Amino acid sequence: MISEQAKQRMRDLAARYPVARSAIMPALYIAQQEEGYITQAALQAVAEAIGLTVDDVESVATFYTMYYQHPPGKKVIKVCTSIACYLRGCDAVVNHLEKRLGIKRGETSANGNYTFMTVECLASCGTAPVMQVNDEFVEKITLEMVDALVDEWNDALGNISNTNASDGQGRNIKNVEPKTEIRL
Amino acid sequence: MPELIVTKDIDAPGLDTLDGYRQHGGYEALSRALKEYQPDELVELVKKSGLRGRGGAGFPTGTKWSFLAKNDKTRYLCCNADESEPGTFKDRMIMEKSPHLLVEGVILASYACHVSTAFIYVRGELALAGRQVERAIEEAYAAGYIGKNILGSGFSLDVILHRGAGAYICGEESALMESLEGRRGYPRLKPPFPAAVGLYGGPTVINNCETLATLPAIIRNGAEWYASFGTEKSTGTRIFCLSGHVKKPGNYELPLGTPIRTLIYDEQYGGGVLDDRQLKAIIPGGSSTFILGADKVDTPLDFESIAAAGSMLGSGGVVVMHEDTCIVDAVLRMTEFYRDESCGKCTPCREGTYWLTEILHRIEHGDGKESDIDLLMDICDNISGKSFCPLGDAATSSITSSIKLFREEYVYHVREGRCMVGRGVTQTDR
Repeated sequence: MISEQAKQRMRDLAARYPVARSAIMPALYIAQQEEGYITQAALQAVAEAIGLTVDDVESVATFYTMYYQHPPGKKVIKVCTSIACYLRGCDAVVNHLEKRLGIKRGETSANGNYTFMTVECLASCGTAPVMQVNDEFVEKITLEMVDALVDEWNDALGNISNTNASDGQGRNIKNVEPKTEIRL
Repeated sequence: MPELIVTKDIDAPGLDTLDGYRQHGGYEALSRALKEYQPDELVELVKKSGLRGRGGAGFPTGTKWSFLAKNDKTRYLCCNADESEPGTFKDRMIMEKSPHLLVEGVILASYACHVSTAFIYVRGELALAGRQVERAIEEAYAAGYIGKNILGSGFSLDVILHRGAGAYICGEESALMESLEGRRGYPRLKPPFPAAVGLYGGPTVINNCETLATLPAIIRNGAEWYASFGTEKSTGTRIFCLSGHVKKPGNYELPLGTPIRTLIYDEQYGGGVLDDRQLKAIIPGGSSTFILGADKVDTPLDFESIAAAGSMLGSGGVVVMHEDTCIVDAVLRMTEFYRDESCGKCTPCREGTYWLTEILHRIEHGDGKESDIDLLMDICDNISGKSFCPLGDAATSSITSSIKLFREEYVYHVREGRCMVGRGVTQTDR
């Protein structure tokens, strides 16, 4: 369900641009914030707020990679694998994260805690290798840092250490932000 | 240390706030421009400064402005801050650390171009940069630098921040406009160019983030002062993003014309090649530009010299590779980027980038044939210049240049089924 407040923000955005249609992208962000990903209700709300068909909104939403088509995990981990990070060893980071999280790139863990992705250049080549965790940068990653971070996430999310918890245990525990200070 | 222009004070505490920015001369250029210059005079000033676009193409900024169609349609300005070119990370730094510098640049350019609505298109992945620019816009509105009748000049401007959502293609100016209009980021056919028919059909000027962030200094210090840096045709400074196999990667602002060697080896900048290994190759301007061999290390970093050396200054992203880099694997990695980011609109790029990665993959993993090397060149020839937009051309740069420079490595892969050199990945360093 998209809240009335969110719908109002979408309508305000549509009025702010010279042409209402321009508000599709920010409106999709608002919907995703509420739903976690682009649901049918999200498409519907955006379409209604801006005065377009649902299909039209969907065609835009599916073009851009940051609008999720499936529910993401509580921690969305994106490791850059483009040239500068490649030269500084990002593949080792990817392999290590796959092992520690128990999922492959592109997957979400069964308990809904983690989504792991490899992504294109994140504009942080001077501090490669880099990743983003829920959109915040973690720079100059070492394998030790990966271990420390995964341990903290597991603690905070109630994950069973080092395994791919397949039951729903993690879901019932309140999502507490890890203590790690993510450097920006 | 040469004089810095855009990154001057960049690490000053509080520079990202309005007060902090004003303490370092912020918005002085704006109040001076509104008092002392007619818009057309500002265009002339920027022409005289020789400033050229910092996004990739290097087109003279003032000239671009003067191309805006003179009709009664509403004009728009778009700041292209969709920084996604592999090897480039300067605009993100400007937006995160000095967002008001960009905002002031946007206001100045809008004034010069008679624009009343400006957009700043920030790459979606750069969440902090987006928040910083958004806050700077709000502060500038509150302080009367944006809005109605700015500083009593009669000039009014609206500035809207628009976040991308993950699409490299939206850095291409016509795709950026499509995206801003709420559509899939497919490039438009040119001509008409944005200066004639752009956003919402109006004449539109599109400038890169760093380009706009350079304007306040030019207005404060004058065109001659700016042109006194750099070379005759490549004036001023630019931020070089140094990455890859160097000891001290990072953003370094240097006068144009500084040799690549200085950037890589000087203790103030790169500090030398990682682990003191031999330099093997340099990408001078982001992954879309042709790879240069180590013999070109003394080439001055300016538009003309890099072009004469066989590449482009591009986005200023200088990527260094040392002797242990497997060129085939590195090129495969770069080509995967273009395959993933091809928008799919035109066939040469959509299908071509897919086949390039397939063939590179089989060469890299020992399943290639010697004829595959010529096949790569053939496919590149069928993409470059035959795609709808420059993304297709860009996808071929690293392949064609690396086959010219390092053909023996491709042949070795085919014949021996493995790399000629150690992998470029420096896992021992971690």
